[in-house]
Amino acid sequence: MKKVLCVLLAALILLPTFALADEVVNVFNWEDYIDESVLAQFEEETGIKVNYMRFTDNEEMVISVESNPGAFDVVFPSEYMVERLINKGLLAEINFDNIPNFSNIREDLKNPSYDAGNAHSVPYMWGTLGILYNTKLVDEADVQTWKVLWNEKYAGQILMMDSLRDTMGLALRTLDASNSMNSTDYTQLKAAADLLKDQKAAGMVKAYGLDEFKDKMVAGEGALAVVYSGDAEYAIELNEDLAYVVPQEGSNIWVDCAVIPVSAKNKENAEKFIDFLCRPEIAAANVEEIGYCSPNEAAIEMMGEDYQNSNVMNPSDEVISRCEYYHDLDEMWLNIYTTLYSDVLSTKVK
Amino acid sequence: MIDLTLPAWAGWAMGCGLLLFILMVALSVRRNHGIKRSLFAMPYTLWMFIFTLLPCVLIAYYALTDANGRFTLDNFRSFWDSNHIMRENLRAMGGDEMAATVARGSVNVDTLVYSLWMAFLCTAISLVLGYPAALFMADRKMKLGATLVVLFIIPMWMNFLLRTIAWMSLLEDNGLINAFLEWIGIGRRQLMYNQQAVLLGMVYNFLPFMVFPIYTSLSKLDPKLGEAAQDLGCNEIRTLYKVTMPLSLPGVISGITMVFMPSVTTFFIPRVLGGGNTRMFGDLIESTFKTAGNWNLGSALSLIMMVLILISLSILRKADPNGEGGGIV
Repeated sequence: MKKVLCVLLAALILLPTFALADEVVNVFNWEDYIDESVLAQFEEETGIKVNYMRFTDNEEMVISVESNPGAFDVVFPSEYMVERLINKGLLAEINFDNIPNFSNIREDLKNPSYDAGNAHSVPYMWGTLGILYNTKLVDEADVQTWKVLWNEKYAGQILMMDSLRDTMGLALRTLDASNSMNSTDYTQLKAAADLLKDQKAAGMVKAYGLDEFKDKMVAGEGALAVVYSGDAEYAIELNEDLAYVVPQEGSNIWVDCAVIPVSAKNKENAEKFIDFLCRPEIAAANVEEIGYCSPNEAAIEMMGEDYQNSNVMNPSDEVISRCEYYHDLDEMWLNIYTTLYSDVLSTKVK
Repeated sequence: MIDLTLPAWAGWAMGCGLLLFILMVALSVRRNHGIKRSLFAMPYTLWMFIFTLLPCVLIAYYALTDANGRFTLDNFRSFWDSNHIMRENLRAMGGDEMAATVARGSVNVDTLVYSLWMAFLCTAISLVLGYPAALFMADRKMKLGATLVVLFIIPMWMNFLLRTIAWMSLLEDNGLINAFLEWIGIGRRQLMYNQQAVLLGMVYNFLPFMVFPIYTSLSKLDPKLGEAAQDLGCNEIRTLYKVTMPLSLPGVISGITMVFMPSVTTFFIPRVLGGGNTRMFGDLIESTFKTAGNWNLGSALSLIMMVLILISLSILRKADPNGEGGGIV
């Protein structure tokens, strides 16, 4: 009797494992970063079940990927994080035979400096870092430079981004347009941090935050906000008083990519999923939903002229020439950046 | 950067701990020739062991080692001087002159002091607001008492993140409160993104943890004691001071601990309502783990906070040695 019970119990425990034996792909993407109806379409077409999980920043995502090997098949890091993951040996090489739709990707985003030959990554969304401003409160001439964030006229109405690289990067460019946003010059970095501390101490900044600021700008809660172009597009659609600009000192181009961790258990399914995302109509559906800029040329053509001519959604070559990618910092420089930035965040208004 | 693999001895230690635990269970069953009542506490003890004790040991392990797993006290030095690692890095890269210009960084210490101060303010305000509320709720002559208890409990059915975010739409420049202020002619003012807004959010969230322990200890009071005091000539106010308040002290102590602890460690409220203008120790620990990716320093900061909380708990325990407040002291 006891033996029978034991077998039954064992069977009960093992049951869920059998149920899970179906084909799956474990996707780990940014919050609000896909048209979720395409997931159902993928499941229907391929019979592969999509386990969709979300994160809100690169650093948090890396911690999850490192501490749960095998849990994720497709992950969407930003370009500097792609570089770090490659250096750590955490990314698998993608078999591009399984991704014919890669040919739809814009040429100037292929073979980037963060991942030579695109061996490990496929661009998913891209954009710039710039200023979203309220045309009723801000003079268009003022906002052509990052210095507007230090302009007394807008004291207490500026929303800054609580993001290490972006905030330090824009301060570096404010100091001198020839400074790199990847600077490894302590004197420059110290000066950039001091600039940010002065700005905060002088009461210029209303708040430091992240995603919530696009909604704050829509609601008229600030005059200027540092945002990514995708968030700018979202806000402009909801409030026509808003406009977006990439300041003349130049800025960052970011590319969020699809990558496959080496620990992935379903690599082929992952490649199928990435190829699916590169299909023009799927890429277009995602752009429609989230308002970010797609690197997919075929999708852009499908979406029409409004989209092609938008300076937010489809930056001109001139803007791109002023911008640069972030590169991953080694541990020592990352520490120097974070130490200086931590000082900025702890500064109190005088 | 982050190495999650523990040294072999840690694995052995955990394994031995578990074996020892199972052995203890087996022995206690044998010695008592059957199942003893205390055996039913075993699942809970096991739970505590895995999810409370082990994590504490891990925190201590990370706090006392460097990224390569070697023993070091450097993390505590970094707590005292937040620029310590940066200076060492500059020196290692040959920038001796630059390293010499880096002064002691007080970010970590300052943030801790600020958090303790905010927690103190929050606890004091909660006590001043909470004690009278508990008195009303516990007063048997008041018909409203029971209703008040329910009113206090209902908001707690909702997640505190939602309640905090709801405060945003009240306090915003174009929010409800400002619309009202403008309507009555006072005019709009900035209510969010400052220390007062953060305190408001904290008190709002933690007030029930002050009210309920006091309420419990007040409603356990024998009303005859108050009547006796009045028979002996005390008026209402004197009865409150001489009899009710001293006897409710255990509840107050328990309330203080239950408000103070989450206040020191809070990290969501200052970010949402303070907009980065009121950074607290919880935020600092989070960004040390996440942005800086320094698990060792992050653990050291957590350990320092845990020790501080333990010290304050043991001080409070002296005031309520029998644990009558029913709290966690």
